[in-house]
Amino acid sequence: MKNIEMTDITKSYDKQKNVLNEINLTIGEGEFFVLVGPSGSGKSTLLRMIAGLEDITDGIMKIDDRVVNHLPPKDRDLSMVFQNYALYPHMSVEQNILFGLQAKKVGKEEQRRRLIETTDMMGLGDYLKRKPRELSGGQRQRVALARAVVSQAPVCLMDEPLSNLDAKLRASMRVEIRRLQKRLGLTMVYVTHDQVEAMTMGDRIMVLHDGSIQQVGNPIELYNEPANLFVASFIGSPKMNIGKAVLNRAEGRLIVEDELNINASESLMSDIPNDASITVGIRAEHLTYATKEDATHFMEAVNVENLGNETTIAFELNNEIWTVKWPGQWEIEVGEMVPVKISCEDLAIFDTGSGRLIRAAKRVSKGAVPV
Amino acid sequence: MTMPLGQKITFYVLLIVSALLIFAPTLMAFVMSFMSNKDILTGSMPTSLTLDNYRQAFSTFPLMQYLINSVVVSVLIMLGQLVLSSLAAYAFVFLEFKGRDILFYIFIATMMVPFEASVIPNFHIIRDLGWIDSYAGLTVPFFAMAFGTFLLRQNFKTIPKELREASLIAGMGDFKFYLTVVMPVAKTSLVTLGVYGFLTSWNMYLWPLLATTNDNVRTVQIGLKQMQTQEQLNQWGVIMAGAVIVIIPTLLLLFLGQKKLQKGLTEGALK
Repeated sequence: MKNIEMTDITKSYDKQKNVLNEINLTIGEGEFFVLVGPSGSGKSTLLRMIAGLEDITDGIMKIDDRVVNHLPPKDRDLSMVFQNYALYPHMSVEQNILFGLQAKKVGKEEQRRRLIETTDMMGLGDYLKRKPRELSGGQRQRVALARAVVSQAPVCLMDEPLSNLDAKLRASMRVEIRRLQKRLGLTMVYVTHDQVEAMTMGDRIMVLHDGSIQQVGNPIELYNEPANLFVASFIGSPKMNIGKAVLNRAEGRLIVEDELNINASESLMSDIPNDASITVGIRAEHLTYATKEDATHFMEAVNVENLGNETTIAFELNNEIWTVKWPGQWEIEVGEMVPVKISCEDLAIFDTGSGRLIRAAKRVSKGAVPV
Repeated sequence: MTMPLGQKITFYVLLIVSALLIFAPTLMAFVMSFMSNKDILTGSMPTSLTLDNYRQAFSTFPLMQYLINSVVVSVLIMLGQLVLSSLAAYAFVFLEFKGRDILFYIFIATMMVPFEASVIPNFHIIRDLGWIDSYAGLTVPFFAMAFGTFLLRQNFKTIPKELREASLIAGMGDFKFYLTVVMPVAKTSLVTLGVYGFLTSWNMYLWPLLATTNDNVRTVQIGLKQMQTQEQLNQWGVIMAGAVIVIIPTLLLLFLGQKKLQKGLTEGALK
């Protein structure tokens, strides 16, 4: 098994602006590591640099403590799954899976053995003689996975492998890939732009934006303590509600977007530097419903989405749209003033200029598990 | 598409008339090849149909030798073009080197130079090499083909880059990738180019005329011309019989190629 180590990895094309800026990162053995970011953030480029398909402009890349900067892809002992699967259209499923082994000159019997083992695992036994075009999207995806598995490379790279699948299939493939990785003990580097995939699959996540690392950590860390505004709005669905705020120390009040007037606690005030201009964020589930009596605020609903098991309601707040997600079914009319409760302990405070986190929300939504 | 019946009839009538007009010379040649000389010269309708013209064509001229020569030359040119064009196209698509695109445009620009302009230098070269009256002299000058490279390059470009990348990770070299992936995937274009190359060289006239001096290597097109001029009185029936025989491989290849072409086209890309 292998780890991957990157020191000051930088990438630029034709000496132009850097696509990736001094990435420092260590991916542990057997870890499911997710690179997530919007398109154009450089995540695929980084993955392709690990694979050896893209030159490294600057910095050192090590796999298993060996510098691989100039090692061709085939000598890096890894496998890769592509977004469009990259199956050879003229070959049968079997040939596609075994293709890499033939190139690596693995013996015929060994090939047979691995083929049977892998196809059993992936449930592809009945499709061995078919051509890729005769398969559904999910089956093609599985063939691409099988091709990676059969190589028995300890490192597996995946470049948005699920983005061509429909939502239901994607959910089941997520579980499948995750189980496969654990079972085989693979070191997995997984690129996606979908934060749900990142949250559900990753042992650790790295959020990339404009070629720079925003935050590295496990999913819950990223959710509870986003390092900056970008991570805060990128991780979580619906996204974190964000608004500019002004702190009135004399009265102990926090005024958000000139509309919401929130009681600020002592600890909150002491955490915020004196001259800071701040932005607050609050998770959709922390804007809780209140009865008319104990409500701290009333907000005007502008859109209601009733999903059956939960309801998403959008409120307008001085040009910003804030959404809340409440379990169960709520009968709320558009235009209604809805009573809500906002506590300053649920607010995450960011510095408006740098976007950095000043203070994380103090309360997290724990499940009902006895501690 | 639906259209009114009247319009449909008009269209079909026009199409049939123009098809007949275009096909008339071929049809005439075909009928004349079975007619006796007397009928042809009097311009009457055929009174009797005979195979004499064909027998005569084969007995008085080395038509068989011409045919063999033509087949050999055309097949050689076709294969040479396929091999060289596909290798060049592969380099232009999958290998990265400095000035690749500029080189490609210069390469393509040679399509603008008409063949006739290069006839004299080509002739000098094969004469100096001693290739006059040889298959090499007839074929080698046509191996490098800008059009074929262009056609295949466009086709290779539709092959997803990920296929090459996947093969790189699997540890496959360029040549193996070319043979096992690019060639089979681009089968359709290869067949198209092959048919095109074969027919063009089959119908070639000027170059074989220059590069050959005897019947041993002469191609069938030159042979046809000779039929016309060797006799005092042209035996049109014999000439037409020869022409019909010459057309057969062309038609055969077109029919076969077409079938293969359709099969190749329906294979389609994967997405």
